[in-house]
Amino acid sequence: MLSYIVRRLVASFFILLGASFIVYLLIAYSGDPLAEIRSSNSPSKDTQIAVRTEMLHLNVPPVLRYFIWLGGASKCLIGQCDLGVTLQNQPVTAALGQAIPATLQLLTAATLLAIVFGIAIGVVTALRQYSTLDYAVTFMSFLFFSLPVFWVAVLLKEFGAIKFNNFLATATISPGVVVALALVSGVVWAVIVAGTWRRRGITFAVAAVVTALVLVFLSATKWFQTPSLGPVVIAVTGVAIAYGATVLFAGLRNRRALYSALISVGIGLVAYFALQPVLDRTGFWGLIGLLVIALAVAWAIGHFMGGYDRTQSIRAAMLTTFGMSLLIVIDRFMQSWQSYSDNPLVRGRPIPTIGSKIPGLDGDFWITGLDTMTHLILPTISIILISLASYTRYSRASMLEVMGQDYVRTARAKGLSERVVVTRHAFRNALIPLATIVAFDIGGMIGGAVITENVFSFQGMGQLFLTGIKSIDPNPVMGVAIVTGITAVVFNLLADLAYSALDPRVRVKA
Amino acid sequence: MTSPLSNMDEVSPAPASPEPEEQVRGLSQGRIVFKRFMDHRGAVIGIIVFLLVLVLAISSIGLGPIPGWWKYSYKETPDIVNGGHPSLQFFPFHLGDHPFGQDRVGRDMFAMTMRGTQISISIMIIVGVVSALIGILIGASSGYFRGKVEAVLMRFTDMIIIIPSLIAAAVIAKSSQHLGGIWFLAVFLGFVSWTGMARLVRGDFLTLREREFVDAARLAGASNRRIIFKHILPNAIGVITVNTTLLMSSAILTETALSYVGLGVQAPDISLGKLISDNQAAFSTRPWLFWWPGLFIVVICLCVNFVGDGLRDAFDPRQKKFRLKKDKDDHRVAPVALEAPIDDALDGTSEAPGRP
Repeated sequence: MLSYIVRRLVASFFILLGASFIVYLLIAYSGDPLAEIRSSNSPSKDTQIAVRTEMLHLNVPPVLRYFIWLGGASKCLIGQCDLGVTLQNQPVTAALGQAIPATLQLLTAATLLAIVFGIAIGVVTALRQYSTLDYAVTFMSFLFFSLPVFWVAVLLKEFGAIKFNNFLATATISPGVVVALALVSGVVWAVIVAGTWRRRGITFAVAAVVTALVLVFLSATKWFQTPSLGPVVIAVTGVAIAYGATVLFAGLRNRRALYSALISVGIGLVAYFALQPVLDRTGFWGLIGLLVIALAVAWAIGHFMGGYDRTQSIRAAMLTTFGMSLLIVIDRFMQSWQSYSDNPLVRGRPIPTIGSKIPGLDGDFWITGLDTMTHLILPTISIILISLASYTRYSRASMLEVMGQDYVRTARAKGLSERVVVTRHAFRNALIPLATIVAFDIGGMIGGAVITENVFSFQGMGQLFLTGIKSIDPNPVMGVAIVTGITAVVFNLLADLAYSALDPRVRVKA
Repeated sequence: MTSPLSNMDEVSPAPASPEPEEQVRGLSQGRIVFKRFMDHRGAVIGIIVFLLVLVLAISSIGLGPIPGWWKYSYKETPDIVNGGHPSLQFFPFHLGDHPFGQDRVGRDMFAMTMRGTQISISIMIIVGVVSALIGILIGASSGYFRGKVEAVLMRFTDMIIIIPSLIAAAVIAKSSQHLGGIWFLAVFLGFVSWTGMARLVRGDFLTLREREFVDAARLAGASNRRIIFKHILPNAIGVITVNTTLLMSSAILTETALSYVGLGVQAPDISLGKLISDNQAAFSTRPWLFWWPGLFIVVICLCVNFVGDGLRDAFDPRQKKFRLKKDKDDHRVAPVALEAPIDDALDGTSEAPGRP
């Protein structure tokens, strides 16, 4: 195994060399970096050309120029990176240093959410193949997959930012909209619940009425201007999460798991009140620390409640605790919403259309956090909408394939409950092909963010890359290409290792 | 077409069925696939709409030297009528002079959208075919032969993967202006987008080559080529068709994205993507310039995806078993629902072959 990894890493090194050589030649031959100066009427034209030629070594033929670049890049191995300078004479390493965190910030949440939702939706639709839900989700995912990203972005900017900000000024929902949303919600729930027509009818009526009441309540209290969850909503949602987690991991007949999850909800509620003053003063790492403590407590609850099969209780408790922590943090962010919205730099229009943060905004962790989130929300939605579709399709296809296998029939035949068949036998095997796709996607996603970054004027790697290509500036393009290249190579290796680790039928040659 | 294992499933007599004689009618694999495809409503609608769009795009403005029935060409700049607003009406149906409106200089949006549709569909098909062929060939040989072949081919794939296709396309877009425009762009996009297909096919082959039916075929003296194309490939057809359709619809979107950042289809050529990016700044003043090309992109992509979905359901030899399970569920529900018990029973027998 180890020798396989070492061999792959050595191979990867040569792959990177080869690819970077090709990229360098492609960009070098794609046009004339001096064209912009040549067409200008500046009196100092000749000096400018001479300076730029000197700076980019343009008098050296591209094949040899690559080795000059490689010489600088190889110093990265001893910690003194020299990836050249941009046309504006800024070191590429510095430009990358600013661009990489911005891109990661944009992509992390979007990718994680898309993977989780995509797999969940795909599995559910596979289990209910050819149901109304399946058709609806299939249609929606095809629709999202068919949307050009900047087309979505323009629509999001118009309706998600400009119109929504206008709505926030009054925060009242008109009766017509309430009725429409209630009907939509009724239909959605009726499709999700399925069953007999009677059951669907009841679900439709209940969901529509509840939605209408909630909307009227939100409108009357101007909830959107001063949003909050409050202990009651947190408690109710927490209990729902507890039941959901238990059903998923242990089945409701496992009382110990259910009680572990419910105890986690109780402790979470106590923590909600106890931690408010602590949360006011905490920062990002403080939150992470609290989350770790909470999960440790959940593990302990599951461990001591669990009885003969502890793992199920532990999982249920930990998932519930994670949900509770999320709710508490969301509630805390909501408490800061109004002061953020009233900030003179925000002027009551909290959802921006471009950029990654408001320059000059100061405030505590929660204010700046809200600022980052409001800037991220539209790009994140557009990335999720578009990548969700392919994850849904692949996990549905993979799950369908597994559900047709003989070992699933065997599992059913020996009397296992449908829950165990699905979660233990089918789902895990369905994840194997997905591991390849996910790792592969993560490797290539930085390239996919180029357009999104461009539309939302997000100063990340995509922008750096694009301006580089347009002005025929090889060094920043090479910088971005080498970063994406390393990510892709590493994640491809991980995909192969995961494949052989997960599926014993595939052997890695040691 | 199918592997020996799944063949056995399909021709085995059905003891559970009351009238087995009616079921065992010799249907070729092609007929079965066609029948299943036609049962998939989404796919049939998809292919019909796609053909309608294609016919509309070709007949309206013509193809090459052949003229079409629409009065304007995408190059003309007639006078602006009614501020360029679209004249299309549905109740009563009325096309008017400029059904999709006019752009800033007065060009007819309908003619431009049709031209863009022609170009975008051509790019999509070329990219899909080129990349599927390369991907299947490379993925299948590396997954089947393993060893040195796999090492070399997959390292080559890795190298192509990590070259961002935007760079390649930028270079091609610049040189393709002399070399034959969009066709060159399309083929080249195909050359850089097969990698995902190759990896998926290889992943499937890695699992499938360890299966018993491959050993059986090898013992029976089948050549490598026969095992790959006759035994393993049909089992991987689900992954391949799904991925090809995703590839084809994403080819349209890639072209759109490239045109948006100014690296794809170059003026004077038109594509749907270029139309959107040309007009997106006018969203607040002339929204129709933005809506119509976008609508056509979405419709074409949707159709292609639905057709692919139908193909997957139709081709997959293992599809049947799972449908049986669903069938059982229907029977369980049927006494409660009491809806058309006769139809339900008929459905049960029609699915009976293959039931253990």
